[in-house]
Amino acid sequence: MAKLNLLLLAVLVACALGLVTSQHRARKLFSDLERELNRARELDIERGQLQLEASTWGLSQRVERIAASTLGMRAPDPRRVRLVAPSR
Amino acid sequence: MSAASQGLVRFPVWRARLVLATLAAGFALLGARALYLQALETEFLQGKGDARYSRLIEVPATRGRIVDRRGDALAISTPVKSIWAIPGDVTLSAAQHRKLAALLGLDTRELQKRLDESARDFVYLKRQVSPDTADAIGALGLKGIYQHREFRRYYPGGELTAHLVGFTGVDDAGQEGVELAFQSHLAGTPGTRRVLKDRLGHVVEDVESIRSAQDGHDLVLSIDGKLQSLAFGALQAAVDQHRAKAGALIVVDARSGEVLALVNVPSFNPNNRARLTGAQLRNRVITDLFEPGSTLKPFTIAAALESGAATPATVVDTAPGTLTLARHTIRDVHPAGAMSVAQILQKSSNVGAAKLALGLPPESLWRLYHGVGFGQPPQLEFPGAAGGKLRHYRSWRPIEQATMAYGHGISVSLAQLAHAYTVFARDGELVPLTLVKRGVQVGGEKVISPDTARAVRSMLELAVQPGGTGPRARIMGWRVAGKTGTAHKPDHGGYAADKYVSSFVGLAPASAPRLVVAVMIDEPLGQYYGGAVAAPVFAQVMQGALRMLEVAHDAPLEPLAVPGEGEEAKENT
Repeated sequence: MAKLNLLLLAVLVACALGLVTSQHRARKLFSDLERELNRARELDIERGQLQLEASTWGLSQRVERIAASTLGMRAPDPRRVRLVAPSR
Repeated sequence: MSAASQGLVRFPVWRARLVLATLAAGFALLGARALYLQALETEFLQGKGDARYSRLIEVPATRGRIVDRRGDALAISTPVKSIWAIPGDVTLSAAQHRKLAALLGLDTRELQKRLDESARDFVYLKRQVSPDTADAIGALGLKGIYQHREFRRYYPGGELTAHLVGFTGVDDAGQEGVELAFQSHLAGTPGTRRVLKDRLGHVVEDVESIRSAQDGHDLVLSIDGKLQSLAFGALQAAVDQHRAKAGALIVVDARSGEVLALVNVPSFNPNNRARLTGAQLRNRVITDLFEPGSTLKPFTIAAALESGAATPATVVDTAPGTLTLARHTIRDVHPAGAMSVAQILQKSSNVGAAKLALGLPPESLWRLYHGVGFGQPPQLEFPGAAGGKLRHYRSWRPIEQATMAYGHGISVSLAQLAHAYTVFARDGELVPLTLVKRGVQVGGEKVISPDTARAVRSMLELAVQPGGTGPRARIMGWRVAGKTGTAHKPDHGGYAADKYVSSFVGLAPASAPRLVVAVMIDEPLGQYYGGAVAAPVFAQVMQGALRMLEVAHDAPLEPLAVPGEGEEAKENT
């Protein structure tokens, strides 16, 4: 009888420790998840900001101005442009 | 008595019972208390416990982005920080005070003034500061100074797309333009969730998600950013050159009904709306109406052809260049005697158009105007899209029927006009317009027969040749068809003698139309004929657009002869 009791006690202690560990692990994983989600949100925000920046730098007006003034480019004479139809 | 019995002291039985009873009572009490706490008071206690570690937190949702058909951003929400303080808790050293003021871009006295309003528990020091500034302020670690996240909407297109995209208010709700029209599509709904937090405020466990956050949907517009920029530049230059009050322009893809560019001058910067006037805010393409003048004549002629009353070769006598109806006189700038229907359009003869209209039953004329969309708001997802004025034919008097033939006594928006011209571009079909990318060719509603549409189209092509009213609308490499308009502006019940609306509506390439472009210049000074003011803008935008879309040439690449002074016909409506 006493032996059985001791055995049960040991099982109980083991279960309790197991519960504590798994709970701890769950919380740790959860905080990892939380961190990653935050990072995803921040990256999404950054993507938006980069898109914003790209759109601002890439405004046709600005590109045109730089092409014409800094790079000395100009639109070709239409007679020198040949339209090529893509063959399908 | 034995020794054992001597050692034993006999207690009275009641003492044992008393101990037993006391213990039993103790257990009973514990049991009752447990029952009380666990079963009866549990709600209250659970609430108290939750209040110590369970938190409801809001999950923010972002508003959807608006992008053009190439995927370039036109409107993006990005978080910014707002800095606020609890004045009673703030204790700043002089150095910290100076540093904070510098970071916020505030005067030190101004900052002190805000912090001195200690009667209030909460004061905004500055709203919507950039994330960098907010981080720098956070790094100072000041007591009583807090920040929270807000979203701010940015418009990289600035004034180019201001009227089209519109803008949102501080609460992130659409107030104008597409932002308002697609509010429910773009808006996100913030969610809430219940979490457990530890002593340090870290979330340690997710208990439940009460409502998940729904981010707003992105919206892809039919607008082409490059074309929009080209159109804005051309229109702005023309408005400046002619010292006009305003200008508007719309480019429509005739195959899909998509609006590729929609610009207004004067414009405004949606990122900084501090000094905004009503004139800047007006959307002259969609919500403003004007009397179109001669750009309406092709529809009158289409009605005449459609009814079988005339063919392009039918001759109408317009001599002596005036027509008097009930004390009103209709005049031509170029009195010409007998003219064919094609010549009426080419020279933009008011008398000719009026005579053609008077030869038709009012109902068939009305049916055509109504059929191409005049007098009813276009099915365009835009707030305040105007329908214009087209009176029912039962109330027409002959003079009205005659003036309507050349676009007076009827009002339309520029978008309606461009929309109506798609019937000539699509062999008689009216295609529904849209501001959202479709990307596919769509079917339209049949309004006139293909024969009539083609006949009017070739007449419109004649109108931009030398001898017509709009030779400056021609472009090298593509055939163009279009019509000029020069309308007197309605003023105090009559028409102002010196205020005009110059317009041009046209399509190209004429052999297989792809684009419809409509231009309107409001009150140009000096030159005012549509052929001189609006047609060059049309040519510039159309040429750029066709090149951008890589549309095949249908005309030889030869320099266009500049029309001589006498070669260009002028019109007065």
